[in-house]
Amino acid sequence: MTPKQQNISPEQLRYELAEIISASRVAIADASTSDALDEAKAEMLGRSSRLAALRSAIGSFSADDRPEAGRICNETTSEITALLDARHSELAKAERAELLKTERADLTEVIGDPKVGHSHIITQTRRALEDLFVGMGYAVADGPEIDTEWNNFTALNFPLGHPARDMYDTLYVNWGEPMSTMLRTHTSPVQVRTMTSQPPPIAVVAPGRCFRRDTADATHMPVFHQIEGLLIDRDISLGHLAGTIEAFTTAFFGEGFSSRLRPSYFPFTEPSAEFDIQRPDGSWLELGGCGMVHPNVLEACGIDPEEWTGFAFGFGIDRLAMIRYGVDDLRDLWSGDMRFLRQF
Amino acid sequence: MKVLLSWLGEFAGDLLEHDPATLAEHLSDLGLSVEEMITMGAAFDGVVVAKVLALRPHPDADRIQLVDVDDGTGNPRQVCCGAFNMQAGDLVPLATDGAVVAGGLKIKRRKLRGEWSEGMLCSAEELELPDSSADGEDPGILILPSTAELGSDAAEALALEHDVLFDLEVNPNRPDAMSVAGVARDLAARLGVPFAMLQPDVAEVGKAAEQVSITIEEPDFCRHFTVRTMRDVKVGSSPVWLARRLLALGMRPVNAIVDISNFVMLELGQPTHAFDLDKIDRNTLAVRMAQDGEQLVTLDGETRTLSAQDGLIVGSQDEPLSLAGVMGGASTEISESTTTALIEAAWWDPMTISRTSRRLGLRSEASARFERGVDPEIAELALLRFAELAAQTSTASLAPGTVIAKGSEPPSLPVRVRADRVNAMLGTELAGKEMVRLLEPMGFEVGRSSGEGGESGLSVSIPSWRPDCATEIDIVEEVGRAYGYSRIAKVVPLFDQRGGLSPSQQLRRKTADMLVGMGLSEVMSLPFLAPEDLRDEDRTDAIVVTNPLVSEESVMRQSLREGMTKIAAYNHARRIADARFFEIGHVFSGEFAKVFAGEEAASETRGAEDGSLPQESEHLGVLLCGAEAGEAVEAWLKLCRLLGVTSASVRNGAQPGLHPTRSGELLIADGEGSRKAASAVGVIGEIDPQVLEQHDIPAPVAYFEANLSRVLKAIEHQDTPPYTAPTKFPSSDIDLAFAVSDQIPAGDLKAVLTEAAGECLASIVLFDIFRGEQLGEGMRSLAFRLRFEAPDRTLTDEEVAKARQRCIEAAKATGASLRES
Repeated sequence: MTPKQQNISPEQLRYELAEIISASRVAIADASTSDALDEAKAEMLGRSSRLAALRSAIGSFSADDRPEAGRICNETTSEITALLDARHSELAKAERAELLKTERADLTEVIGDPKVGHSHIITQTRRALEDLFVGMGYAVADGPEIDTEWNNFTALNFPLGHPARDMYDTLYVNWGEPMSTMLRTHTSPVQVRTMTSQPPPIAVVAPGRCFRRDTADATHMPVFHQIEGLLIDRDISLGHLAGTIEAFTTAFFGEGFSSRLRPSYFPFTEPSAEFDIQRPDGSWLELGGCGMVHPNVLEACGIDPEEWTGFAFGFGIDRLAMIRYGVDDLRDLWSGDMRFLRQF
Repeated sequence: MKVLLSWLGEFAGDLLEHDPATLAEHLSDLGLSVEEMITMGAAFDGVVVAKVLALRPHPDADRIQLVDVDDGTGNPRQVCCGAFNMQAGDLVPLATDGAVVAGGLKIKRRKLRGEWSEGMLCSAEELELPDSSADGEDPGILILPSTAELGSDAAEALALEHDVLFDLEVNPNRPDAMSVAGVARDLAARLGVPFAMLQPDVAEVGKAAEQVSITIEEPDFCRHFTVRTMRDVKVGSSPVWLARRLLALGMRPVNAIVDISNFVMLELGQPTHAFDLDKIDRNTLAVRMAQDGEQLVTLDGETRTLSAQDGLIVGSQDEPLSLAGVMGGASTEISESTTTALIEAAWWDPMTISRTSRRLGLRSEASARFERGVDPEIAELALLRFAELAAQTSTASLAPGTVIAKGSEPPSLPVRVRADRVNAMLGTELAGKEMVRLLEPMGFEVGRSSGEGGESGLSVSIPSWRPDCATEIDIVEEVGRAYGYSRIAKVVPLFDQRGGLSPSQQLRRKTADMLVGMGLSEVMSLPFLAPEDLRDEDRTDAIVVTNPLVSEESVMRQSLREGMTKIAAYNHARRIADARFFEIGHVFSGEFAKVFAGEEAASETRGAEDGSLPQESEHLGVLLCGAEAGEAVEAWLKLCRLLGVTSASVRNGAQPGLHPTRSGELLIADGEGSRKAASAVGVIGEIDPQVLEQHDIPAPVAYFEANLSRVLKAIEHQDTPPYTAPTKFPSSDIDLAFAVSDQIPAGDLKAVLTEAAGECLASIVLFDIFRGEQLGEGMRSLAFRLRFEAPDRTLTDEEVAKARQRCIEAAKATGASLRES
């Protein structure tokens, strides 16, 4: 049966359309899923729907009746479409709600602990120091941990038998002549290595591991870290050393910290000094040693002390790291205890 | 060196006008760092001199004893005491009921473990007195001089007056500051107040002293040997004021002769030694070096075996009498019966004294001074001061006559100092006149000198007490010190140098950062091992510490593995099962270190090239607890990728210390240009289960260790491949599964397939491994996914099929057969 075979009156059309709307209302309300609603939509507005049949029947209406008939057919279609849309969004909302419910995840269900690595506080502190001095124009130099007696002592103006050698509890190794080869007692051999391998001007810092014949306790370890600075240029003075220490102090510790030099003694520098840091509360922290590179050291390294002067400074990295992170037992740095390492 | 303010004042009275805290600041600024400043002499009411009558054990406690004391009232009282250093008859300070001692501690009569304690016996510290005991030794109860009056106020008995004690750290280059006089001289110069040396007032008594013959056979060892004779020697105890000063400066009173000797040493820096003249045969002495094996019984009763490097004072028969500058001999010791004493003040060679005192473990206040260099011109004054004190205390009288034997005296030439050089070194702008004003109060005599170039200069004569000053730079330091380092303007130098990290330093940082990003924590382990930690074959060329403190720390590590395994065990013992960590550190010599050091090792270790130093390399170790070898391989490959190394791989093969059938080598292409080839740079696998068992760690533990310098060098040498734009044409994938014997490494098969696949291969991935009955014993299935693409076209099915066929045939040649799906 095609709609064309229909012969209906305008009144009948009006009546049927009203019927269709009320039937649609029921069918739309009854559709409980999007799929069911799509089916209902096809039934109501599809090609084989009653509405489509009625619409084609309009063709048999008189020219006078036709516009009105078309209008009311369109109105019916619009009304049904509106009903469908409303129901559709209602269903979509419900279905999304249902879906969300089933997809629910507890984000606090974290299995295990996130596997995160931690850089050692010596490394962190050493890098902070390196970066600071790099920013001031220094290069970074490395050297071996086992070095010759010449590099560690003789070139640094500690001749053989010099009592100042006893200030260091040196560990010697079985290499070459007895006591000719040692675990370096300070990073200063790197000064010698640098000065003998490149011409001045020189600006380097040398961080590294040093050794001492010592029993481990909260404040002593047979192995420790130092950083050494060396500047060789024309017309370098003790005032430049003091200025460099001061600049380092404020850069590393912060504003409000200051530094002072106190006369001291090291065979490889003269004048020699200790340097102390003053905290904002006025208290002092003894940090390291420094001084003007001794003319004998420059000469031993083949540099003319009349043409070039320079300064050197050095201090412990371990203690700085401990202060920085509030660690009070030096042994913790070497334990490898994950409970220690994971805090930094 | 400890000094009392009152004692300094005897050399420079005006110092007493200054606030002690200001003096302390000046001392530190002069390089005589004040370690501690103690205000002394506060009186304590209710602390009296008491006598120890008897000592009895406490019936109920081991660590305290019962002491019966007489407080002067004649009624013995019982006191509980935790110290054991006193004997019956000793005089001690007793804090009676109601007394308040140091720290506000109020003393009350009370019961200790059931026994009454009627007061408290005091230590030096409890009376705010300096403690004269050696470091670490329990000082115990303060024993008062036997001359103190029983029942009197202890503070009075100790002649406690208000005073300030400065504990100074004196550097080894300042022998002059090892005396009260020297410290006073420096401080007076700084403050611009007068300093006056002592002028002892002592009469010579009786007939001329007996002839004494002294021969110096070692003129360089002994610059002079000066003696005076003292008669009517009575060895009693020292007066309280003298004993108190010794105590304050950290020396125990012994008897008047020893005490006076120590007093003079502290005051003037010249140690003296007293011989019993009657015990010196024919009044003849000589100074010579000992012979190897020669023996001497020293004052402490020990027999000392000497070496040819020790200096000796010998008698008429060439017999050793005294270990010069270090310790006297027993045979000529002063005793109760001594009537005539020969007091010696000499100058001994610092280096010789240093060696002898160290070798024999006899370090004393005297040897410490000789080691630094005693003022060679103070001996006569010191002996007069000795005599003065001896006369004052009725210990002995001075006989007329001084005997001085001279050794060699090196000439002391004035030092030429350029004023410009001083200012250039210090960063100051001092006029020559100002330098003179700074130097002269310290004892330097300064004249004018004009240099060759006519520049203004100073001619500086060095005082005898400053052997550390011999060259211009020494005077530069003195000017700076006297002027005050703190007054020198701080200037940041400008210089034309560029800072930065070298490529390998940057890569080292990146390596650590990547590993941290991969979830590993950085550890540091001690580089010392016990000999047992090494395998027998590794011990022969191990670097050994020749003077280790303990044998467990006597061998230098050859790999990081032992130290890292110990850290794994440490953590496992503390119930941390998932420890994953890395270490970057140096290793020394040993086969392992050498094998992976490669040809370039020598240049890396800088010093090892000529054999003057042992092989030393920087290694990277990675340890993963609870992980199998595969995870180590993944970590290695991932790290290399992150560092930009595409040529990294592994090769199977048993490695020492690792699981014999689950280990292999790390490979990386290094060398430059045409020399580039894959070479081994380390080991990988799992730690040997036997080792794990010894350390009580559950298997598996994955591990790799690489020579980091080699890896970083390979990266530096790596040619960066040119950029290729991603192709616009689609790619095709084929999957190939092969049945392969376990004997054929997957890596080998992959290499064969890669080769056979041709240039259109974009990637090849092993995506499945399967073992099962259908494959048979010792076989497994390895499935690879190969992706093909071309930059300029879509590959035809035929092209891909051909590549597939090539792969299958190449695989077949290795013994792998295609599994048809």
